[in-house]
Amino acid sequence: MKRILTTVFALCLMAGSATAAETAKIGFITTLSGPAGIIGKHMKDAANLALQELHGKIGGLNAQIVYGDDQFKPDVGRQVAEEMLKRDKVNFITGVIWSNVLLAIRQPVLSSGTILISANAGPHELAGSLCAPNFFSTSWQNDETPEAMGQYMTEHKITDVYVMAPNYAAGKDMVTGFKRYFKGKIVAEVYTNVGQSDYQAEISNIRAAKPKAVFVFLPGGMGIQFMKQYAQSGLRGQIPVYSVFSADETTLPAIGDAAAGNSEAGFWNYDLDNPANKKFVSEFRKAYGYIPSYYAAQSYDAIKLIDSAVRAVHGNLKNTKGMIAAMDKANFASVRGPFKYNTNHFPIENFYLFKIVKTADGVYARKTEAVVFHDHKDAYYNECHMTN
Amino acid sequence: MDPLLVLAQALNGIQFGVMLFLMAAGLTLVFGIMNLINLAHGSFYMVGAYAAAATFQATSSFLLALLAGIGAGAAVGILVEIVVFRRLYPRDHLDQVLATFGLILFFNEIVRMIWGPTALYATVPHFLAGQVEILPGAPYPAYRLAIIAVGLGVAALLYALVSKTRIGMMIRAGASDRVMVSALGVNVKVLYTLVFGLGAGLAALAGLMAGPIFTVESGMGENVLILAFVVIVIGGIGSIRGAFVASLLVGFVDTMGRAFLRPLLATVMANTAADNAGPALASMLIYLLMAAVLFFRPRGLFPPRTR
Repeated sequence: MKRILTTVFALCLMAGSATAAETAKIGFITTLSGPAGIIGKHMKDAANLALQELHGKIGGLNAQIVYGDDQFKPDVGRQVAEEMLKRDKVNFITGVIWSNVLLAIRQPVLSSGTILISANAGPHELAGSLCAPNFFSTSWQNDETPEAMGQYMTEHKITDVYVMAPNYAAGKDMVTGFKRYFKGKIVAEVYTNVGQSDYQAEISNIRAAKPKAVFVFLPGGMGIQFMKQYAQSGLRGQIPVYSVFSADETTLPAIGDAAAGNSEAGFWNYDLDNPANKKFVSEFRKAYGYIPSYYAAQSYDAIKLIDSAVRAVHGNLKNTKGMIAAMDKANFASVRGPFKYNTNHFPIENFYLFKIVKTADGVYARKTEAVVFHDHKDAYYNECHMTN
Repeated sequence: MDPLLVLAQALNGIQFGVMLFLMAAGLTLVFGIMNLINLAHGSFYMVGAYAAAATFQATSSFLLALLAGIGAGAAVGILVEIVVFRRLYPRDHLDQVLATFGLILFFNEIVRMIWGPTALYATVPHFLAGQVEILPGAPYPAYRLAIIAVGLGVAALLYALVSKTRIGMMIRAGASDRVMVSALGVNVKVLYTLVFGLGAGLAALAGLMAGPIFTVESGMGENVLILAFVVIVIGGIGSIRGAFVASLLVGFVDTMGRAFLRPLLATVMANTAADNAGPALASMLIYLLMAAVLFFRPRGLFPPRTR
């Protein structure tokens, strides 16, 4: 029903645009099919909510969000992006969960002069040598979240850590980021298969190695499986788990109690105490009936960032330079609280430590425990020399 | 090397192996007897897991969940056999692959429509939630021990069914010579449907037992399906005994590779090189095993005697 309504709404908008002066079109690339489709759902729901709050207008112009499904594949993502540029003639492209998809669409989108805003992926290339004036992020650079976890564990003198991540580029990046700030002793560094479902062999090894803590990066289904099996092995009460991107509001419904008490890190949580966030979280839960994840928060901010830029140029979508200058000021009510953009167009923002707890409503969610970094900058901005 | 760790990893290997066996048993029967490549076998695994998880959530009864899972898997299997597969037996393998691949997409989407894109929560029943001290200082999850017991039990039952009963005789005869079996007056159509339901039920059993360990999500059957194919190729297509031996072999080799290959490599090469080569080689091991078996025994370890 909701889909029919949005389609009707979109059709009305399209019909209306024939007479209206101009429509702001936003291409939103995410993953809507397959197991990762749950992430896309969080992002799409949040973007729709942001546009609804703006009464369907971006910077005063009638607006439309065109959704595209990258199917978790870089080549499909690139096709979707090219269609959006050529057929839909979008003014902005945002969304993008995966770093490999972002790197694949970077060239066609940026060279067309369209503004690209990542609402999740933050590969180090785009923060450093490949940075560009018309690229912005409303999330983080990949290394920063594990950096925060490394810093927290160093501060709390946690040592003898068993490190585990999937054997692919992002897995190695996460471990690199972790090691940049973690000063204790690493007992073992283990790389598992991507998409692996059984971790019992690794868990037996962890038991034999007797570390004092475990640090993992196991996103999506891998995290669900590891957390459940770790709890079943009886190790959870003995060796605490510190993870990044492995237990969040997209996977906690399936992990349940098995992750309770674990630590996670990140730049945002639904319980952050600022007016913009309180409004976002309560509206979101009212509209969709579940707790938003950071994926949702980043997408909501991306739409609000675009709105602030179009507003600043008084709806003149041809004024790309003016919109970039406006975006650089980050002049909107971000759900993470006020922040500034670094020279590479990545946010300078706080990072927090969360604990997984059971909420009063009986669901599992992250609870903010401590600030790890104030106004943290990524490790690559010095390599960014924007040519403009 | 720590003997307790080796023991734990051996149990892990056996547990993984019996799980694979439940999947491979149905697959090898269907492939061997009906000469049908069924890529949708993983869908029965998924249906079993979903039906059991949903029933367990609704009723909190493990027994009901067990019955619902196996029942749903077998029922869907029989239904699909009657509606789709009967038309595919005489067709060539490419048509079968295309049609059953279509079924995978169909079932994945149906499951998403019914239960949504979020993975379903499945938990271990209370009486199996703890750990069992198999040797002092070597606790092992009770649930995984239960999986080993169920798997070995099912293997024994299947052995009895196939080698001691009349139905089993027909199944074995069907695997050797289909035309002669039907000429002798066996209703091959009904036999096929029964075998198919049995295979689907076993896959569903594997799926529902996997639910509390893995993720109950759309598309969960595909990963295990590939391994099940490796198993039946190693074991010899159509042979239950072959599937059993090959499952344990694959489970063992894969687990031992993941657990001990990297430390083993680290003794002969630099640490960083072992970090890179270890996981890569470990994930290739079972395919190397398959290649080796096929080189020496092209028809698998226990090929059924035919014609």
